Amino acid sequence: MSGERKLAIICSKGSLDMAYPGLILANAARMMGIEADLFFTFWGMDIITKDKVDHLKVTPVGNPAMHMPQFVGGLPGMTDVATAMLKKEIERLDIPPVREFLQMVHDAGCGIYACKLAAEMMHLKREDLVDEVDDIIGAMEFLEKAEGAQLLFI
Amino acid sequence: MATKELNVSLDAEGFMTDPNQWTPEIAEAMAEEEGIAPLTERHWQVINWVRKEAARTGEFPSLRAISKRSGVDTKELYELFPKGPARKIARCAGYPKPKGCI
Repeated sequence: MSGERKLAIICSKGSLDMAYPGLILANAARMMGIEADLFFTFWGMDIITKDKVDHLKVTPVGNPAMHMPQFVGGLPGMTDVATAMLKKEIERLDIPPVREFLQMVHDAGCGIYACKLAAEMMHLKREDLVDEVDDIIGAMEFLEKAEGAQLLFI
Repeated sequence: MATKELNVSLDAEGFMTDPNQWTPEIAEAMAEEEGIAPLTERHWQVINWVRKEAARTGEFPSLRAISKRSGVDTKELYELFPKGPARKIARCAGYPKPKGCI
């Protein structure tokens, strides 16, 4: 059915709500036998950075889907409230926290790659990144890996 | 034996539509079609746990739940049921195609 199908996902955002779409899709792909690679770049590096991965947040500011006046979203503590709410719902749906999710997709055979340029820009070394990261690679190397894949930019 | 000869109702993709019709022979036939026969003790640990859990909750468990509670972890699940473990486990356990995202 899906013998040749392949998915490559670029994760460029580092907020909690933007960490999940890539992880869920990559995992779903592996569950149905589709090859998948995740490539983390720019703010997405937070998702695979050891001291950031457990502290990703969702911010109400600038997000109209939060359905609240912008100034309310900007009040002190609102980011923590929104983050706590999202984490609660995620747990209720039996979706793992990001760190565990990375391990799960990696165990499922999904490749996890960090962007070389973003790592240099943010002064991140291999040891700063979670163990599941397979390699730190450049854009050209990523494009080679993604040859023939359906590409998603998140 | 092919699953078509087993006299159980299957959907267009070969999933059983009524889990109550399941027998261990069906699991072996499904495994044959999925290219993972013969089923080992480790396969059976997954299949038996999934059937017990699904009967208990009324829902087919997520792959994450299987990996956490069946005694077979994610890596081994992908070795036992390669190229689409969700589909292969559901077919062998006699359940319809799983709809969960995790």
